[in-house]
Amino acid sequence: MTTDQSIASITADLTDEIQQVAKQYPIRRSAIMPALYLAQDKYGTVDGIVYQAISEILDVPEIWVFEVASFYSMYNRTKLGNYHIQFCTNVACMLLGADNVLANIQKRLDINAGETTDDGLFTLSCVECIGACDVAPVMIVNEKYYNYLTGERVIEILDQLEKDIKEAAK
Amino acid sequence: MNEQALLKNIRNPDASDITVYEKSGGYTGLRKALGTCSPDEVIEKVKSSGLRGRGGAGFPTGMKWSFVPKDSGKPHYLCCNADEGEPGTFKDRLLMERDPHQLVEGMIIAAYAINSNIAYVYIRGEYFLSISRVEEAIAAAYAAGYLGKNILGSDFSLDMYIHKGAGAYICGEETALLESIEGKRGQPKLKPPFPAVAGLYQCPTVVNNVETFACLPHIFRRGVDWFTSIGPADAPGPKLFCLSGHLNKPGVYELPMDISLGDLLENYGRGARTGKFKAAIPGGVSAPMIPSSGFDVQMDFSSLAAVDSMLGSAGVIALDETASIPSVARRTTEFFSHESCGKCAPCREGLTWAAKILRRIEAGDGLPDDPAQLEVLCGGIFGLTFCALGDGAAWALRATLKHFPHEYEALIKNRSIPA
Ligand SMILES: Cc1cc2nc3c(=O)[nH]c(=O)nc-3n(C[C@H](O)[C@H](O)[C@H](O)COP(=O)(O)O)c2cc1C
Ligand code: FES
Repeated sequence: MTTDQSIASITADLTDEIQQVAKQYPIRRSAIMPALYLAQDKYGTVDGIVYQAISEILDVPEIWVFEVASFYSMYNRTKLGNYHIQFCTNVACMLLGADNVLANIQKRLDINAGETTDDGLFTLSCVECIGACDVAPVMIVNEKYYNYLTGERVIEILDQLEKDIKEAAK
Repeated sequence: MNEQALLKNIRNPDASDITVYEKSGGYTGLRKALGTCSPDEVIEKVKSSGLRGRGGAGFPTGMKWSFVPKDSGKPHYLCCNADEGEPGTFKDRLLMERDPHQLVEGMIIAAYAINSNIAYVYIRGEYFLSISRVEEAIAAAYAAGYLGKNILGSDFSLDMYIHKGAGAYICGEETALLESIEGKRGQPKLKPPFPAVAGLYQCPTVVNNVETFACLPHIFRRGVDWFTSIGPADAPGPKLFCLSGHLNKPGVYELPMDISLGDLLENYGRGARTGKFKAAIPGGVSAPMIPSSGFDVQMDFSSLAAVDSMLGSAGVIALDETASIPSVARRTTEFFSHESCGKCAPCREGLTWAAKILRRIEAGDGLPDDPAQLEVLCGGIFGLTFCALGDGAAWALRATLKHFPHEYEALIKNRSIPA
């Protein structure tokens, strides 16, 4: 997957914003993480073309950009579905039945963790604790938390999300 | 009900608004600190308050600040550790989402004390609402003259920025956090030098936890005596406990640290769902678990250390009788193995191997000497890594082997394949 952009178009899109955020730091290298976020917000993913553009805008070696993009899990180097499900499987959630909920999600979407449905609607990621253990089991879909999940409730949520996006597309 | 200081405004949906915060006494602590104390006097006050860091290690906050050299000739930096990733911990999120000015005010006081003009709030990337609430709070503080040039008419100036994390537990470790702000992979560095001497951009730097900062406005508004009147002498002040797991009433509770683990679970968490506890993890999954026979332990730094565990992040995960200890150990070890930054071999290789053994035990394919093998692996990790991630992983795993050997033995004895 690529962002389908050219270096010129990325530079045109992002130079001002990246230069702006770089002012928050005494060295340009510090702006690599926010620059990657800016690119991701705009194009959905980050890839080689983006690294090259950022390296030019910030005047840092491209490998520095790649190093960061490949270390941190929240930079998407492959395209995600419309809905990105981040499902917590850590201990507090596990104790309250996360494994069963996860099995239901996988069955309903017919994908495993790390995969995207064929229609491009859902990507499923299993993640570590997302700081909502008191309302476990939990997941984040795009930026929204869903609490107290059960096997049934999660299916209702997925059905609703699918309905929402199909309505919106009409 | 104990007096609520840190959580005073938590149920007010408008508490993140600066005028609401000011009406409840917000920013008077800062006015007092700036108006009546020199930076050194602020440090002395925090020292005498006995405040200890809420991020994991319980290091005395005033003492940490006093290590910042006075004449380095370099800029000083202040960083807030809002990377909250320790499984079982969710107090910093609550503070940032519901009462973000408490954090901002605390950071301004701290920056004044250590003579810093630039502060970064390192917030984990998944905390979307925290990020926007703190962003709004910073903007409002600029507009009200609490941030920017010549704060409240003094000659102290401070700029504050958010640096968003991007999904790496290890960036909660302070040297990794600083590497991350520098725009690098979050890999811990060997200490010393400590950040107070050579931290961000090789300059003197202080890193404190969200809750540590949140205590500061109260210390200056209410006074040191008020603060030291709460809880045990060597662990004064209010503390947030995160309760999760098999409990009837999980949540964040603000209490003094002289409460016992059992009291916390029974009277605040309202007991186990099945009626009977097996064990509890007292301070996030890095903290060794305590079997229910040890629930009379007091929830402060030294009491928990005395029973070979730690207060850590105060993320208390309760396990009732239905919990399988080897499964919890397996999941915890997988977490550490997954989040290992990969820099040092004992952590990277040892945890991968330990997780593999734990998976086979859980699947019913464990070998009779697997528990002994796990002990050997823990011994090869503990104390031999750059940062404390490996220590926490090995220490937590060992506690399960020590307190619940029969659960491992039972799984191994009933294994499906012959040895
Ligand atoms: C693997 C690892 C993860 C950590 N994660 C956090 C964290 O998420 N938040 C935090 O405040 N401290 C965390 N710490 C502790 C920090 O290194 C540091 O001690 C702390 O932020 C200091 O703040 P305090 O003095 O206010 O407690 C972590 C430490 C280790 C070894
Ligand atoms: S363990 Fe799932 S949110 Fe903390």
